[in-house]
Amino acid sequence: MRPAMQFVDTASKFQSSVNVSKDDTSVDGKSIMQMSMLAATCGTRLKIKAEGADAAEAVEALRELVEVKKFGEPTPEEKSRQAK
Amino acid sequence: MEIKKGVAVSPGISIGKCLVIDAEDYRIPRRLIEPSQRLTETQRVRNVFKDAIEELTKLQAEQEEIEGQKMKDIFAVHLSYLRDRTLRKKITDMITAESVTAEFAVSKTLRDIASHFAKVKDTYISERAADIYDIEHRLLRNLVGGKRQDIAALKEEAIVVARELSPTQTASFNKEYIKGIATGAGGRTSHTAIVARSLGIPAVVAVEDITESVNAGDTVIIDGNRGIVIVNPDDSTIQQYLEYAVEYTELEHRLDTIREKPAETRDGVRVTLFGNIEFPDEAQGVLQKGGEGIGLYRTEFLYLNRDTEPTEQEHYEAYSKTVAVFKSRPVVLRTVDLGADKYTQSRRYAREPNPFLGLRSIRYCLQNLTMFKTQLHAIMRASVLGDLRIMFPLITNLQELMQAKMVLGDVMEDLDEEGIPYNRKIKVGIMIETPAAALTASMLAKDVEFFSIGTNDLTQYTLAVDRGNELVSTLYSSVDPAVIRLIRTVIQDAHKGRVEVSVCGEMASEPESVMLLLGLGIRKLSIAAPMIPEIKQIIRSVTVEECNKVARKVLGMNSERQISSFLRDAARKILPEAF
Repeated sequence: MRPAMQFVDTASKFQSSVNVSKDDTSVDGKSIMQMSMLAATCGTRLKIKAEGADAAEAVEALRELVEVKKFGEPTPEEKSRQAK
Repeated sequence: MEIKKGVAVSPGISIGKCLVIDAEDYRIPRRLIEPSQRLTETQRVRNVFKDAIEELTKLQAEQEEIEGQKMKDIFAVHLSYLRDRTLRKKITDMITAESVTAEFAVSKTLRDIASHFAKVKDTYISERAADIYDIEHRLLRNLVGGKRQDIAALKEEAIVVARELSPTQTASFNKEYIKGIATGAGGRTSHTAIVARSLGIPAVVAVEDITESVNAGDTVIIDGNRGIVIVNPDDSTIQQYLEYAVEYTELEHRLDTIREKPAETRDGVRVTLFGNIEFPDEAQGVLQKGGEGIGLYRTEFLYLNRDTEPTEQEHYEAYSKTVAVFKSRPVVLRTVDLGADKYTQSRRYAREPNPFLGLRSIRYCLQNLTMFKTQLHAIMRASVLGDLRIMFPLITNLQELMQAKMVLGDVMEDLDEEGIPYNRKIKVGIMIETPAAALTASMLAKDVEFFSIGTNDLTQYTLAVDRGNELVSTLYSSVDPAVIRLIRTVIQDAHKGRVEVSVCGEMASEPESVMLLLGLGIRKLSIAAPMIPEIKQIIRSVTVEECNKVARKVLGMNSERQISSFLRDAARKILPEAF
């Protein structure tokens, strides 16, 4: 749930509307309820769409959170490596 | 008309309109509202979100230091949910579209989300359902919160229907308006039952799905003698019950006539009958019913229906008020028995994984000496006003008893220094309510003046059954062979050690158990005031010889079922009206 919260927090910093879709479900990226109900587990492919004045920045910030910072959490592979 | 069966815990019949108290952990019945009410309900949703955010922010700040990052994160997620506009909109839209109450819309929406999570294969996500339930509870608690306070301020007669009532809620009941109680949870010894009995309010507990079966304002009959709740009875049933109620009142009056007569068996053995109370106001009721003193004053109730902890002066006033009613007759104060299902103001949020085996009762007092000493100081100050006695609860070993007595000694020294008079020879006793205390009664007897057997906890701990859990409550029985053997041991050791012994648990007020207790050697019982006449009637109808025979027979039986049906038959022969 914490990643979903981070995502929503980041998305909410921008004026643009943020839309996230997984398969054929698409939700409001600023709503924790909708985001967490997407049930996007590690490895899920998400499509992020933003519309508005700061749309480009919003998409970039969210991409960075998901792909680069990885929510500041170790991936399952890293976790199992740590456990060993 | 719907007839529902439960457990009869407080005798009497009442018929009236019901008031449904929505509690935490259950389905809120779908109740339709008038279209004009939609605006009010949506506003209630907005307010409750605001309140919950405030509450959680405060809680988060408090938790930070204690639990560290993890709790903070959990609360952050909850807060984030509460701030989610689309969630709020979903709820308010539902109210507008379907004309349902705020409670229903909140509960339905969040439960849908939770079950959505629960279905996800990934365990991390499916376990998040618990978070959603937690958010739901918080919102409902706040939504219902206002109504709960209304109970204390209730200005018309009503029958209270709830899933479960907390000791705090029952403590604020006003007898004048609350005519009957029906709850979904609970057993004979739940606090709802205890308080209902002592206030003389007919009550039935453990009624399955009771909150789902009624709507606020429905007519309900509570039959506290037979454990029946009838929802929306037809006219002939109401008529029948009105007649039955009259008959029952006549029986009560007949019993009242024996008030002045002594509790003496047919062969002339005198038995002492004391009353159990929670509040000083109840003392008068004990006297009216023919009680000869107070055998158990549950002083922790002083903590339960208020927001701040009581001061020493407040303790003193409660105790002196009680003693004033009984003058030179005994009043046994049990020192605060908090923890487990009853909490102090400061500990409401610090829940333990296994509270009945945790920091409760005397253990809690011995770790919170300031609070403990405050109470003992007040007791000792009041001790000059009459025959006050001190009783320590939940003793499990001699060391605890010695520690408690040492604290009492310290308080006496303080009083000496302050020049405040007190009764130096105050009688000190303990509750025997753990198997450990029962088995070591011969050792404990050397350092006390009296034992009081608390059969509720003794049964719970001996049989390892949670008395409030309806899934196992059928296993809970004070006449289980194991419990009876422990009680017999305590009585024998008390006699050998020459200390007084009495029984103050619910068992003492069950007509079917009285003969057994007398047969085991008990001559002193402490019970809820409304039960005194009935129990006295039983005592006056038997001989000790008969009771000894009953006890001997019971000790030879090897199943709880056999024992309880044998005891019921024996009692029915003596007082058929009561069954």
